[in-house]
Amino acid sequence: MKQLIRALLAVLIVSFALIVIVYRLNTAQGYTSGNTLTIFNWGDYIDEELIEKFEEETGIKVIYETFDSNEAMLTKIEQGGTSYDIAVPSEYIIDKMREEDLLLPIDHSKVPNLQYIDSRFLDLPFDHGNKYSVPYFWGTVGILYNTNILGDREITSWNDLWDPDFKNQILLVDSAREVMGMALNSLGYSLNDKDKNHLLEAKQKIDSLTPNIKAIVGDENRLLLQNEEAAIGLVWSGTAQEIMWENENVEYVVPEEGSNLWFDNMVIPKTAKNPEAAHQFINFMLDPEVAAQNTDYVGYSTPNIEALKYMDEETVNDERFYPDEEMTAKLEVYENLGKRMLAYYNDLFLEFKMHKK
Amino acid sequence: MKTRSRNIYLIPYVIWIALFVVTPILLVLYYSFFDIDGQFTFENYKKFFTPVYLKMTFSSFWYAFLITVITLFISYPTAYLLTKTKHKQLWLLLIIIPSWINLLLKAYAFIGIFGTYGAANSFLGIIGIGSKQILFTDFSFIFVSVYIFLPFMILPIFNALDELNPSLVDASNDLGASRWTTFQRVIFPLTLDGVKSGCQIVFIPALSLFMLTRLISGNRVITLGTAIEQHFLVTQDWGMGATIAVFLIIAMVLIMVLTGKRKRGIL
Repeated sequence: MKQLIRALLAVLIVSFALIVIVYRLNTAQGYTSGNTLTIFNWGDYIDEELIEKFEEETGIKVIYETFDSNEAMLTKIEQGGTSYDIAVPSEYIIDKMREEDLLLPIDHSKVPNLQYIDSRFLDLPFDHGNKYSVPYFWGTVGILYNTNILGDREITSWNDLWDPDFKNQILLVDSAREVMGMALNSLGYSLNDKDKNHLLEAKQKIDSLTPNIKAIVGDENRLLLQNEEAAIGLVWSGTAQEIMWENENVEYVVPEEGSNLWFDNMVIPKTAKNPEAAHQFINFMLDPEVAAQNTDYVGYSTPNIEALKYMDEETVNDERFYPDEEMTAKLEVYENLGKRMLAYYNDLFLEFKMHKK
Repeated sequence: MKTRSRNIYLIPYVIWIALFVVTPILLVLYYSFFDIDGQFTFENYKKFFTPVYLKMTFSSFWYAFLITVITLFISYPTAYLLTKTKHKQLWLLLIIIPSWINLLLKAYAFIGIFGTYGAANSFLGIIGIGSKQILFTDFSFIFVSVYIFLPFMILPIFNALDELNPSLVDASNDLGASRWTTFQRVIFPLTLDGVKSGCQIVFIPALSLFMLTRLISGNRVITLGTAIEQHFLVTQDWGMGATIAVFLIIAMVLIMVLTGKRKRGIL
């Protein structure tokens, strides 16, 4: 009994000592309340050097956390108990967060650098007047293919993927809207289609793609495609760019039937503890030089028109990543489908995943 | 006085169980009666009995069964050999150490090993079989799951075998039983409890594996765990997710009851 009490006491003393040490370390590094900024961003979606630069310039300490899907992020913020000062959701989620009153309005007087953003990316339907959000990156969904494996076969459309030659060569992303969107586009429907017959047709269409599908994966797809584990991937444009930097044999194409055009914007969640610092950070990220450096690192397309001047001309003129107006006219932005419809999309996607070879 | 002080010691345990076992299960049950818009409904239960979810349940059970059986067939001889070795504890430690490494890290390592240009395929190339697709197949899924669950099966069986009184085996030999008969009639029945708890520890988590289904089998294998994850995180259809969880809990309780220790009279 005595030994037990002694052991318990030892544990308590050690725990207390650890708490004190952690607290001391935090204050020594400036992590005190009121002086930190908590950012909730997609994985691998910022040049970390810029965070350091921001800390140096402002003296604010940044706590950086990441998520891997819009929905996971939304669930976490809805649940409360978090104090993210900045989050970076995509457009249809911003619409939803706005409806559910989860966002703080952005004070435009504190974000003068907003003037550098291309007007194409401002005042969009999901957030009129950019009351709650400021553009971070934008991009497309398309097909990445490896010319080393496929030879000089060229892929230009979604329907090309159904070619029996591509047996067991395709990696899809584990995301209902992208995969269903691909099927809907290949049938000539909108990727926001709410007609159940069209959706069932789309589901049958992707079922018939099964022999060509190697796997349905998450962020691992970047590594797998880079290492030529599969020849074809359904990817976001930035993932494609990152793979292209590492592997010269790959090509990226936005299919001719049309595809998804998306925007990731910075927002300030209602639970934010330090909105002041959040505004500072947003303004910092919109600085043309900073945006250019970030774009060089991340690989997605920047909405910052001034930043383009600081970037490689070749990148800026690359139509695959900066499509012209004619191409963008064929692209569609995801709409907030509503909970029920989104659930239906996901049910169909789940059924598709159950479909055996 | 004595019973009262004993009751005091029970308090932390009771609070723990109430907060972290009973309440969550009740919450799961509660959520399972609401649809996506927060209306009370039995729809989720109806939906569970549609072919999609029944098929998923069936395949989850089938994979969990395969994983458990294969793990058992590898673990029993291993545990048996372990009890015969000189440095039991050292060998045991070597088997346990891999289970200290995070599951996800091990899964990522296997992506590398099983990949087209990974170690497994170079080996197949060297011995003349040639490169095969290993990653994203049923084989790789079961292989990695078995690898992960092995220590959990070996430990209880090892303990049971270690506690077995050697004089019983000697007696059986002296009375003329063959080695097989001794195993079948003496060793195995006496270590059955170890086997049962090993099977429980493997089968129940195997039913709801979810990260491996994506990383190792590329969503070619869909288990109930995958569906729960999707409903909670993506669809936000908590009701359906909770309903699947209710059925998983029922299945687990059934398994515990079926494989649990039965009180038998003294023969």
